[in-house]
Parts: sequence; C-alpha cells; structure tokens
Amino acid sequence: MSKATLERGLNALREEINAPVAAFFSSCVNCGLCAEACLFYTETGDPRYTPINKLEPLRRIWEQEFTLWGRIKKALGLAQPVTDELLQEWEPLVYDACSLCGRCSMVCPVGNDIAYMIRKEREGFVASGNAPEGMKGASTRAIKVGSPMGVKFHAVQAQIRHIEADTGLEVPVDVEGADYLALLSSMEIMNFPEYIEALARIFKQAGVSWTLCSEAFEATNAGIQIGSSDIAAELVERVVKGAEKLQVKYVISPECGHAYTAIRWEGPNLIGRRYPFKVVHILELLDELRAAGRLKTQGMDEARLTFHDPCQIVRKGGVLEPPRNLLKQVASNFVEMSDHREMNWCCGGGGGVSANERADELRLKVFAKKKSQLDELNVDKLVTACANCRLMLEDGLEEYRVELPVVGLTEMLAEHLVEDNE
Amino acid sequence: MSSPIDFLLWVKGPAFDIALAVFVIGVVVRLLEIVLLWRKQDLAEPKGEEFGPGLRTVVTRMLPEAGSFKRSPFTVIGGYIWHIGFLICLLFFVPHIELLHSVLGIKWPGLSNHIVNAVAVVTMVTLVAMLIDRITHSVKRFLSGSEDYLVWLAAFLPIVTGYLAYHRVLVPYPLVLGIHILSIEFLMVLFPFTKLMHTFTFPLARWYNGAMAGRRGVQS
Repeated sequence: MSKATLERGLNALREEINAPVAAFFSSCVNCGLCAEACLFYTETGDPRYTPINKLEPLRRIWEQEFTLWGRIKKALGLAQPVTDELLQEWEPLVYDACSLCGRCSMVCPVGNDIAYMIRKEREGFVASGNAPEGMKGASTRAIKVGSPMGVKFHAVQAQIRHIEADTGLEVPVDVEGADYLALLSSMEIMNFPEYIEALARIFKQAGVSWTLCSEAFEATNAGIQIGSSDIAAELVERVVKGAEKLQVKYVISPECGHAYTAIRWEGPNLIGRRYPFKVVHILELLDELRAAGRLKTQGMDEARLTFHDPCQIVRKGGVLEPPRNLLKQVASNFVEMSDHREMNWCCGGGGGVSANERADELRLKVFAKKKSQLDELNVDKLVTACANCRLMLEDGLEEYRVELPVVGLTEMLAEHLVEDNE
Repeated sequence: MSSPIDFLLWVKGPAFDIALAVFVIGVVVRLLEIVLLWRKQDLAEPKGEEFGPGLRTVVTRMLPEAGSFKRSPFTVIGGYIWHIGFLICLLFFVPHIELLHSVLGIKWPGLSNHIVNAVAVVTMVTLVAMLIDRITHSVKRFLSGSEDYLVWLAAFLPIVTGYLAYHRVLVPYPLVLGIHILSIEFLMVLFPFTKLMHTFTFPLARWYNGAMAGRRGVQS
C-alpha cells in the first residue's frame, strides 16, 4: 500500500460520492432522530455520537465539491475545509462509536442510509492514515499471515485432528469438485471450534458434499471493517481463487456477520466481476436442508431462550427467517427480544469495534442496551449466529455480571442431530 | 417604490419572476447534480427486487419507527403538525386556490377561512415550539448551524405574514400583502441553496435506501 496522506484520503472520499450519497446529504434536516436509533448515543447521551454527525467530513466534501452552491461558497472562502485535524478528531466517532449496524438507516424519516455512508467514509479515513492501531494491525495480519488474528492453516489442521479424533468423522480438505466450500472465521477456529465439528456432523447426516480449502479458509475481512477496498479486494480474491481451484458450486459463509457482508454483498463489487459460484450463509443452507427434510433432529431444548440477530446477517444481510425456522425445530420455549429481526440492537462490537482495543470501554458501556433487552425477557440461554457477536455478548455479560450461556445456532442444531448411521 | 401599491406591484411582478426562476432552475440543477452522479452497477447476486421495495420505503417512512418515536415523540408529532399545517394553509386557503387557478388553470375545493385560520395558529405555535426544542435538545442544538435557523425562519415567515395579512393587522393592506408575498419569494430563493431541498430529494433518498435493502432481501 502506498503511504497514507491527507490528499489520498480526500481523493478516497471523493471517489465514494455517488447519487445515493448526494440524495442523502441533500435530504438531512438535522432532526436528530438517528441518534435515538444508535446505541452509542442512547447509552451515553453524548450528541457527538449522533449517526449523521459522524459523516461531517464526507458531507463537507460532497457540499464543497459536488454542489454548485458549495463550490461557489468554497471559491469565496466561506467553506470549512476537511483537514487532518478534522479527520483525527472524527476518527474515534467513525471507528469506536459506529459498529456499522445500520439501525439508524432504518429510522431516518427522509430515508438516509447512514451506515452505507459511514462504510464509504472509512475509505477516506484509512487512506489518510486515520484509523485505529488495532484495526491496522488486524488488516496487516490478514494480508501477511492470512487471518486478522494471525491464524495459519496449521492451526485449522490442529483443530481438525482433534475433531476427527473425538468424533471419528472426516473433515474434508482441498477436495476438488465438492459442492460446497466452507469458510471459517478466525474466532471460530480459535474460540469456537465446535462450529467446525457441527458442520462435519450435520453435513455427514445430510449427505452434503463439502470441503475446506487450505489456501482459502478465512472468511473474515479486515479490509471491509477498516474501510480499505484494496485490502478487502485482496482478501476476497483469495477466497474466489480457492473456490475456482476446487471448482465448487457454492461457498458457505460462516456464522460470522461481517464475513457474510464481505463475501456475499461487497465481494463481487470489490473484485469487479461476478462469481462463478453462489454464496450462501450457513443458516440459509441449514434452513434449505431442514425444508428438504435432510436436517433431522431429535428432542427439544426446553430452556427459555432468545435469539440475538447479528446485524450483518439479518438487517444488512436478509437472513431473517432461517434462524427462526431452525430454532423452532429444536427449542420449545423460544421468545423474541423487544426489538428483533431488522430492528435488533447491535452487540456493540461489529464493524471492527471488537478489533479496536481503544473502544473497549465504550463498547462495554453501550452493552447496557443489550443487557436491558435481556433483562426484559428473563431467559436461561442466549442463541446467536455470529462468532464475533458471541464473543462480544460473553464479554458484555461478564462485565455486567450476568450468568447466561451464549451458544451458536449451528452447534445447537448439531447437538440435536439424529445420528442415524450409528 | 414610493407607495405600498408600488411595492406590491414590484413584489407581484419582477420580484416574483426572479424568485420563480431561481426556484425552478435551482431545484432542477440540484436534482440533476444528484442523479447524474449515478451509482455503480451492483455485481452481487440480488436476493430481492430493488424497484418495488424502494417505492415501499418511500411510502412507509411516512410513519415513524416505533422505538425512535417513543424516545423522541415531539420531533415526530411536531414535524407532522407543522408540515401538514403548512400545506393546508398553502393549498386550501381560498385566495391561494384562486391564485393557483389563475396560474395553473386547475381548481379544487377550499376550506373555510375559520379552519385555515385555526390551522395557521396551530402551525405557528408548533414551529415556535420546534425552534425552542432545537435550541434546548442536546442533539438538535449540537447538530444545528445557522442554516437550520435560517430555514426555520423561511418556513415561519409566510405563515406569520399570511396571518397578519388575513387579519389586516398591519395597515395599509397592500404593504402587508406585499410582505407576505415577499416572504414566499424569500422561501423560494432559499430553496435550492439549503436543506429546504429535502422537499424534493426525500423520495430519492428513501427510494435508494429501500432499493439497496430490498436487493439484500430486507424491507427497510
């Protein structure tokens, strides 16, 4: 990557302005309602965290360079320029206090998609060198080592050996011509290897032809989070090459939320071409298997439990029904949170916030929103479908001294699997 | 402009022509500035439609999302009252209808002057309350700049001056009517240069929002 400078940052911001952005900025009347949809505002009361305020640098570029009136004002010296100081001041607002959850985009009366613009604005921040160290580190590791957490394939192999020894099942690797290529997130490899075991068990029972790829196992994309299309494209390209090499028909995005956004929605646009395969989220695939009668489960979990909707999978990804359909197959006492589905509240750690240590204190503070949602329900178990959400939920619950087990939906299904071959 | 009559004639004549030209050309330029920026073709395989969900969002955002309404009811209710009140005064006051009829050639039934008068009072009171809210609410005060107060004034003046003209409060009448028309011209001239533009751009913004979400299989 070339050296980060203000000029590169400003150019990156210019490149991000399109008709939707111009329509959004033209429509904002500073009504402040977006603040009420953002947990960083509701839990702190700090008006700087109002979502639209986080876009001030991008707004200035739009006004001063993309409107006739703005250009005139700029020529007359009446405009406030975007400076390094401004970007430095805004950096914590854009990275620590926004999880790209997109809830604000659902409430804006004039229809502004604010999260869409913050994702774009980050391109300018990273190009000008104004991004948090934690996220810079994750991006560098993702490019150099292959994973934001520095996980290499031999770590995956070690987990595979454990799983194979424990279960007697085979975890296929680099199988050419398999139907499905399963991707993983670093957090699943290191913190929740149960996910890999669950895949092996479910796919065996359902007769799904699948494989992992030693050269493309990592689904997470630090480039998306920090806002660098260059880095993001390189990471997507690795997956595409791996899938093409193994000639798979489908690539399975793991539970991890932003991985799904990266590979499913941003990927083809980042690399500038359509994929020769389809991308499915693991929950979409499991729901398909369920509908076809290929996902046979037994027994019901009778605990009172609820589901935390990962923002990127549900609100920003459109995977709304599959988690509910699947949960109802194995849980008899499933209750919804007060705000759920596309209006759910974020865990606080999405959009790279979890990779940014500087934001830890704020993230734990705003977790109070999730805690209050859980307090209303009095549940015994919390189910989710994103390794990052899961880690953030566990961290938040510990901080607030709440004893509540957090489980991944895929593993929960695997626990109820009918092992018909044994 | 030696007499109130001269003033009224100037306001109704050359000044109105200038304001109308600035308004129409300005709004068209602003809209072109937006749509001509285009957006890149989305290469990701869609999960849903764009057009229909986009239109749905244009309509559904007329109603507030329940949670933010509960947290900020005044913003929503005040917003409804003054927007609707302003439109009633603009479009259902009989002299306005007659003026529009002479220009556009179309006509519709008006409301009684008593009703329009009451609506105008409610609208003015609401606008003042919203101004106080803007100054006192921590988020709104923080976000607001001079432009926000300027457009508030531009929306407030036509109602106040119209009210004064109707009640013949200031004499002579041609002067107060001229001031009323001038306030409309002030609003029209400001339109293309300020966030008053949202009147024309909000359907676009809502459509883009709904379309991009719709493509992902979500109704926003």
